[in-house]
Amino acid sequence: MGNNTVNTIMKDNMTTNNVVNTTTNTVTNTQRNSILSVKDLHVSFSTYGGTVNAVRGVSFDLKHGETLAIVGESGSGKSVSSKAVMGLLSKNASIPSGEIHYDGSNLLKLTDKEFSKIRGSKISMIFQDPMLSLNPVMKVGKQITEMLFLSGKIKKKDAIAKAAQLMKAVGIEDAEKRFHQYPFQFSGGMRQRIVIACALAGEPEILICDEPTTALDVSVQAQILDLISDIQKKRNLSVIFITHDLGVVAGIADRIAVMYAGKIVEIGTCDEIFYDPRHPYTIKLLAAMPDMDMDGSEELISIPGAPPDMLYPPKGDAFAARNDQALKIDFEKEPPMFPISETHFAATWLLHPYAPKVELPPSLQKRINKAKTESKKG
Amino acid sequence: MEQTNNTPPQSPILKVENLSRHFVSGRGKKKTAVKAVDEISFQIEEGETFALVGESGCGKTTAARTIIRLYEPSGGTVRFDGADISGKLNKADRQRVTDGMQMIFQDPMSSLNPRMTVKDIVGEGLKVTRPDIGKEELLLRVNHALEAVGLTQEHASRYPHEFSGGQRQRIGIARAIITKPRLIIADEPVSALDVSIQAQVLNLLNNLKKEMGLTILFIAHNLSVVKYFSDRIAVMYQGKIVETGEVDQIYNNPNHPYTKSLLSAAPIPDPVSERKRQRIFYEG
Repeated sequence: MGNNTVNTIMKDNMTTNNVVNTTTNTVTNTQRNSILSVKDLHVSFSTYGGTVNAVRGVSFDLKHGETLAIVGESGSGKSVSSKAVMGLLSKNASIPSGEIHYDGSNLLKLTDKEFSKIRGSKISMIFQDPMLSLNPVMKVGKQITEMLFLSGKIKKKDAIAKAAQLMKAVGIEDAEKRFHQYPFQFSGGMRQRIVIACALAGEPEILICDEPTTALDVSVQAQILDLISDIQKKRNLSVIFITHDLGVVAGIADRIAVMYAGKIVEIGTCDEIFYDPRHPYTIKLLAAMPDMDMDGSEELISIPGAPPDMLYPPKGDAFAARNDQALKIDFEKEPPMFPISETHFAATWLLHPYAPKVELPPSLQKRINKAKTESKKG
Repeated sequence: MEQTNNTPPQSPILKVENLSRHFVSGRGKKKTAVKAVDEISFQIEEGETFALVGESGCGKTTAARTIIRLYEPSGGTVRFDGADISGKLNKADRQRVTDGMQMIFQDPMSSLNPRMTVKDIVGEGLKVTRPDIGKEELLLRVNHALEAVGLTQEHASRYPHEFSGGQRQRIGIARAIITKPRLIIADEPVSALDVSIQAQVLNLLNNLKKEMGLTILFIAHNLSVVKYFSDRIAVMYQGKIVETGEVDQIYNNPNHPYTKSLLSAAPIPDPVSERKRQRIFYEG
């Protein structure tokens, strides 16, 4: 990459800036209406060490009845953005700018009282560790009815009946008996089912799942994933699914947003992210996972270094320091979101017309080719 | 469970026979025993990577800890390099075992003493097994071990909290390789790490395996990592080994219904095969 090319790309910024402005419009312009839209959200935490800029300008839309997966490693800001949507940020957090639109109002402007009408009844959340999100000294039945009493006037008898019904809906057998048990009497997967029942009690429109299966085993994880996608279809929920594991979302996500260092670096449909990744981080993340066709003779593609310290966010593209294909401009100027298709956007200078062509790592290319031939067959 | 057809001529480096570990609680009538590991047998050949897989609570970690004698076995024998190490050990044998067998733990945050410097953490094993070692040689060996895992001498005088998760796991690996062991027990070495860091640590282990001719007992629940990393696999379920075999055999042609269900539950980073996939359920 010579200096000339950098300069031409710099000059060409005028045109790319126009691209940025149109992206948010095009995302919303697809068939389904969006139920939630986050615009240029910034979240920072003041700590003893200084201000941590955890989320630095995140924009996305959640459409009716879709599952949007937000993928990223720890510290990428995925949980923080979702907690901002739920209004659950800790006290030292501040939101310097941004908007979260739901049902015609900006959630960030609501008072606590107004927000508590939405939280739990319109937007619900499931957390990572079911043992920590359930009250250990309260019977599980009561924890579910508690949600029902909060979300409206309901007779005790009706609430109990409804709670038992919810427990059945999330796949808990013997609900009448289990109703009177404590969380410790349930296994990890069952506990997560209770948490899901609690989340569904208010009949929300949006369900945010924050790493709901990370603490669970592979086989239980598969069951919970099935349950979530089942409930989503039955109740026509819109789901935001947060995870660090791309393998988990392959089966359930409609769209995927990949986050790195507090920003969405690539967003697209599930197939676009898996079969046509454009951002070097997405590509490396996919290639870093060994698949069933690899053996020990091939070296895994690893991402050198570690994610940046968000106390001092890097200049330019945050991923540049770990990217062997980084261009000079990556260290100078932040890339805008380049559109690839109507639904697919990626923030990397490599998509600029003057940028050199990128080839996928051979192991990943092989996997994609294999999947393509298989999908043609079946 | 005995593997006879593929056994190379030399004797196995680790041979586990009917190993059990029971946890007993209560007394009198209330006495109950949890058979965490129940009469498992397997053997590991020199230079091989042998994986124990299974869901949490199936006893794979207990098995590893019993082999390296962090737990006392309730029954059965463990032969390391031909010698029985499951009973009472004399000093010379103990030395041979602690030198020859090392462990890497799952959580790099809790397995390093926060009040010790990296130098002390990595050097401790050597100090214990070689009390007569000189200060200079110790430091030299520590630096060698750190370099082997991709850290530098400057890191030696720092404390664990100054490192990221991946780097801490490297410190854990350096601590394991400093005694030049022949067998390393890696208990879920990458499951606490981010995906981008996992590949770094896996590549490191793979390189060390080749360079040092290590034999690895690899414990994991992520099946694609196991597939990538190991030569032979034993599937554990409720304290017992239900199936043992070569990697390809287990993955392409699983025999036990539990193995089938485990394989059918593993997430695949590929939307097309994810959508098509049929899950198999197993009630034991």
